[in-house]
Amino acid sequence: MFDPQTRRKPMNPYLGGALAGLLVVLSVYGAGKFFGASTTFVRVAGYLESTVLAERVAAMPYFLKELPKLDWQMMFVAGIFLGAFLSSLLGNSFRLLPVPDTFAARFGRSAGQRGIVAFLGGILAMFGARLADGCPSGHGLSGTLQLSVSGFVALACFFVGGLIMAKLLYGGR
Amino acid sequence: MDLWYGLATGALFGVLLQRCEVLRYDRQLGALRLRDMTIVKFMLTTVVVGMIGVYGLLDLGLVKLSVKPAVLGGNIIGGLIFGLGWGLVGYCPGTAAGALGEGRLDAFWAILGMIVGAALYAEAYPRLLETVLTWGDLGKLTLPQVLGVNHWLVIGPFAVLVILIFRLFERLRL
Repeated sequence: MFDPQTRRKPMNPYLGGALAGLLVVLSVYGAGKFFGASTTFVRVAGYLESTVLAERVAAMPYFLKELPKLDWQMMFVAGIFLGAFLSSLLGNSFRLLPVPDTFAARFGRSAGQRGIVAFLGGILAMFGARLADGCPSGHGLSGTLQLSVSGFVALACFFVGGLIMAKLLYGGR
Repeated sequence: MDLWYGLATGALFGVLLQRCEVLRYDRQLGALRLRDMTIVKFMLTTVVVGMIGVYGLLDLGLVKLSVKPAVLGGNIIGGLIFGLGWGLVGYCPGTAAGALGEGRLDAFWAILGMIVGAALYAEAYPRLLETVLTWGDLGKLTLPQVLGVNHWLVIGPFAVLVILIFRLFERLRL
């Protein structure tokens, strides 16, 4: 995909993926931590809810299971934000963009419409990820690389659902 | 110390995701529309390298696994719901944070939706725990356990399969 805004060529995905694989191994060896992201959203939701409904949150089983606290994974997710921010600035690919190009070409440049789709999709994606007990990081990377049955089953279902939705939205185009 | 490790690991991962353009909606939908397999190449390479490294260190007794239980009801139904949402949003939870980092403003709405989705799941959790999450509970299960073979007999063929998939992608220019 040609992007006139990007002055640098993207890194080869095989090289990037291999380096990420070494990073996983290093993280498991050094810190005993496998990659994951979606539990963080539970902790943030629990924290935000507890600022208005402290007693209710304190009695909810799911928030007791995943306490609203700062942990390795929350810092990992914050790190992804930070790393992407610095890398895009240094590589001249930082771009304040309300609507992705592919979406705009199909549905138009309305930031409101894109925002609503992203918001609703986010709700569905996170509800599903929690029901599946992981997202493409926790199941897709960490689960499959440990050869866990749950990882392969969930990853296959992620793609089946995604292929169906992409077909509904974009048809054959 | 854990927290600093988390931040540093995330930052390095974020740089790699950003440099390979894996964070972009266009790349993620490219894979789901079977047009551009960049994210699949990245992901499967990470998995194969991670698999060999982690199981190698496991054999040396240097690391522990952290396998999530296979609960087929949750994994399948949740996985499909995630996929449908992913097709709409075009970011997964980790990449949404990175996409916001490189200025993609729609990722802000995605993250907000994800926080709401987590809150809704917490509401539904007690009922799901008695239903979906009891269906097909197989416990912490790995493929080598299912097949009753040494893990390297799974890792070897898996790596070969991935390389064949990559050759197919390159041949089809995906």
